[in-house]
Formats: sequence, C-alpha cells, structure tokens
Amino acid sequence: MKFNSDGILLWLLRTVAVAAGGVLILIFSFLLIESISAFREIGFFRFFSDPSWHPNTNSNTGSYNLVPMILGSFYVMLGAVFLATPLAILSALFCHFYAPAAVAGFYRRIIEVFAGIPSVVYGFWGLVVLVPLIREVQPPGPSLLAGIFILTIMILPTIALMTDAAFSGVPKNYIVAAKALGMRRWTMLRAAIIPASRFGITAGVILGAGRAIGETMAILMVCGNVVQTPRGLFDPIRTLTANIALEMAYATGDHRSALFVSGFILLVAIAAMVMVADLVKADVI
Amino acid sequence: MEIHRNITDKLLVVGVWVTAIAVTCLFAWILSDILSNGLKNLSWTFLIESPHDAGRSGGIASVLVSTCLILIICLVVALPLGFGTAVLLAEYTSEDKLFGRIIRCNLDVLAGVPSIVFGLFGNAFFCIYLGMGFSILSGGLTLACMVLPILIRSTEAGFRSVSDDYRRAAAGLGMGRARTLVYILLPVAAPGLAVGIVLGIGRAIAETAALLFTSGYVDRMPGSVLDSGRSISIHIYDLSMNVPGGESNAYTTALVLVILLVVINWTSTWVTNRFSGGNLLY
Repeated sequence: MKFNSDGILLWLLRTVAVAAGGVLILIFSFLLIESISAFREIGFFRFFSDPSWHPNTNSNTGSYNLVPMILGSFYVMLGAVFLATPLAILSALFCHFYAPAAVAGFYRRIIEVFAGIPSVVYGFWGLVVLVPLIREVQPPGPSLLAGIFILTIMILPTIALMTDAAFSGVPKNYIVAAKALGMRRWTMLRAAIIPASRFGITAGVILGAGRAIGETMAILMVCGNVVQTPRGLFDPIRTLTANIALEMAYATGDHRSALFVSGFILLVAIAAMVMVADLVKADVI
Repeated sequence: MEIHRNITDKLLVVGVWVTAIAVTCLFAWILSDILSNGLKNLSWTFLIESPHDAGRSGGIASVLVSTCLILIICLVVALPLGFGTAVLLAEYTSEDKLFGRIIRCNLDVLAGVPSIVFGLFGNAFFCIYLGMGFSILSGGLTLACMVLPILIRSTEAGFRSVSDDYRRAAAGLGMGRARTLVYILLPVAAPGLAVGIVLGIGRAIAETAALLFTSGYVDRMPGSVLDSGRSISIHIYDLSMNVPGGESNAYTTALVLVILLVVINWTSTWVTNRFSGGNLLY
C-alpha cells in the first residue's frame, strides 16, 4: 500500500528534464564526432591557410579555406545589426512612448506577425523583388547588400520585441519621477528610460545578431553564393550556413567532415553569444 | 540651449513616426506582393491536387500531407518531453538551484542554435546513426529537438502564472503533489501549454534548413513515415531556386504558408488574452 506517486512523479520529471537538457549535449557531441576526421586529416589551421575552397573527398587533393565564408557571414551580420538596431529601438520607442494606444497595439501586432514569417518567404521575396531592383542599380544583383537588407528586415522584429519588453520592465516610478521633475520626453528617455533598459536592449541586439549569423535560407536565396571575400557591397558572397546547405547534399568523406567543422564553428559562436546575452540580461556584466 | 533641446525633442517625434510608417510600409509591400501574386492561382484544387512537372503545375496536396506528418511526429515526441521539463522547472526547482539553472541555460542555447546546425545533427544522428535515412520520421524528430525550448518556455510561464494560493489550498486539503498537479494546476495552466503548442507548430511549419537533409525533397505522396517527404517551406525554396518557371506556384505556396502562420499567431494571441489577461508570453 506504500505506493509513493509523488516520488515516482518527481523521478519521472527529472528523467524527462535531463533528456531535454541532453539534446544540446547530443548535438554538440555529434557535430564533434563528425568533425574529428576533418580535424585529424586536414588539421585545424588549413581551414584558415589553404589557398581556396575546393573541397574533395580526399583531404590531400582538396583545399579547405573557410575564411571567405566566415568573413561573408560576419559582414552580413554586421551590416544587418548596424541597420536594424536603430530602427528597432525607434520602433519600440514609438510603441511605448509616442503612439496613441490603439496605434501602438496595431503596430505591435504587425511586428509580431512579421517575427513569425518564415525565412524562406523573406528569401523568396528578396529573390523576386529585391534582387532585380539591386541589379538595376548595379549588376549582378545577388549580393552582400541584398543579404544585409533581407536580414535587416528579418531581425528587426526580434530586436524590436526584446526592446519593447525591456521598456515594459522599467519601473513606473521612473516615469512618474521624470514627469514630476518637468522633464521633456526626450530628456526622460535619455536620462531614465534608456539607461534603465540598456541590458534588455543589449540582449535583444545580441540575439538578433545570433539569428543573423545562423540564418540560412534567405541568405542562400539572395546572396549569389560565390566563394570570395567581398570587396564591395554589390559583390556576391557565400556564408558558412549557405555553404553547408549547398554542399551537404553531395558531400562525402573529408568534404562532409569539413562541413561539420563549419557547423561546429557556428554552434560554438552562437552558444557564446546566447550565454553573453543571458549574463547581460541578468545584469552580471 | 533651451531651443536646442526643444529641437531634439521634436526631431525624435518625427524620427519615431517616420520609422514606424516606413517599417509598416515595408511590411505592407512584402505582404501585398505575396498576396497579389499568390491569389492568382489559389483555389481549392491547388490544395487537393498533387504537384506535376516538378511543381510548375498542379497543387500541393502531397506537400501538405508530408508537412502534417512531420508536424505530428514532432509534437508527439516534443510534447511529453517539453511538458515534463516545464513542470519540473516551474514546480520543483527554484530559480537559483543549480540543476534548474543548468537545464535552463542549456535550453536557452538550444533556442539559439541555427536551424542548419539542427539539420546537420539530424542527418548525422537520425538519418545515419539510427539508420532512419531521409524520411519524414527523421525530419519530425529533428524538428522536435528544435521546438523543445519554445514549448518549455511557454508551458513554464503558464505554471508560474498560477497563484500560490491554489498550491497552499491543495496542500491544506492534504493532496499530494502529483494529485495537485493533475487536478488543480494543470487546468489552470492549460492556456500556457496551448500557447506553447501553437508557437511550436508555427516554428516547425516555417522550418526549411533543418529539413533539407533530414526529410528530403521527394514531392510524391508519402506512403509511410519512413518515406522521404517534402515540407511546404522546402517546396517554396525548391520552386524558386531550382525550377525555372516555378515562380507562380511558389507565390501561391508562400501565400498558403503565410496564411497558416497568421492564423497560428492569432490563435496564440487569442488564447493568451482570453485566459490570462495577456501575461503568458514574455
């Protein structure tokens, strides 16, 4: 009669939680296992020092320089974050302090809907509308610039919603006190609201950057996918993510393993960014 | 100085309105483009006919079936895992306990992992290591890993929004924790779970990169979950990039996907507002 349902439940829940937490460890280990043969055959430094990216099943006849693609990923992310951050902060300010309540609610709904639109739809729109427009300004069209524009549109909702949430977290007293001191709206924002929510805003920007660097489909569709270090905004580029999506279908042997290495690099970069964002949000840094 | 401040104040007003209008117009442009081009061949037959000629003509019936199967597998696996973890995090661990912190940090990182990395993992683990091959099963399982963090976060928020009075009252009546959970907390926290499911479906249905090398490209009607099946987002990608002349059907498919997602978004907002006064999502 000593059937302890509470104890059983607790152990059941613990098992499930460990399984859920274990997914990340599983992903990490499988990427590592698949990368090992590339690290052993090709070696870590050849990914940065080889003359070009001409992968081959056999590591001796191929060359494996990832630098142009790492730079490609980095430039697109930087451009998108640079453009999206001010727009997103202004959007959130609009929602919170400037717009009449009905307009603010409507605008927030628009942003929420667009945060949920899949990347393949943005990519498709970029391919059929944006790329031809850029081609008219300067051929070939698919370019770093197209990638930056599409990513800006994609991460703007992410950063705007996080900033919006950060503004909501500012204690009401701050606003009341600022009003009582007779501050203008801009003075209030600059002196009280923005400093009080700077951790939330920073976390939003970091997460936006993470989304930008991990984005695959939209970038794959608008960036042209030429492996080169871009010299201008109108040059086509290939990012790490697009490279995986393009070559995984036929890659074997060391080539396949090299693609897992680039996935591993992405995973480590993102994990670092998320942890920094968490620390920033928790006010540790 | 006084005038100078006044100008900054005015400039900012102009700045935020211009930004808001510009962003709205941009989004209206994207939406209207997809709407106007997609509506041209959207019809009932488009939804119930299978794709012909690599998708240039015909409909998306088999694609919709594959998408549904992938979703079902994803939810069947992710729901119990996500639900159990959320209960543990909300009811059995406090914010600062080490075990809870580790799990939570793990899930935060998992939420940020790029979908293409999930694709690589799914290919190595489900397709090859577990021998499932390119199949709807592999795709669904990969997506299950992906939606887990979203599911857990909203369900946990649902449980945390339940007032402690309920728990004390249940304890006062001598109910065990398991009984309290099933009979008291679960009904109150159900909207949180519902929002989690809806958001998870939204994320799963929008996914492309994770499915490229797990569920594959085949656009035939799937015979079982071990067949390869093409999801709706991959269909859009394939039509626009690999099939010359597939643009008009790509538009229509994109419209179907956007409509599905908007409905999903509205459902989650409706559930949130209807049952909790709007504090479930954070």
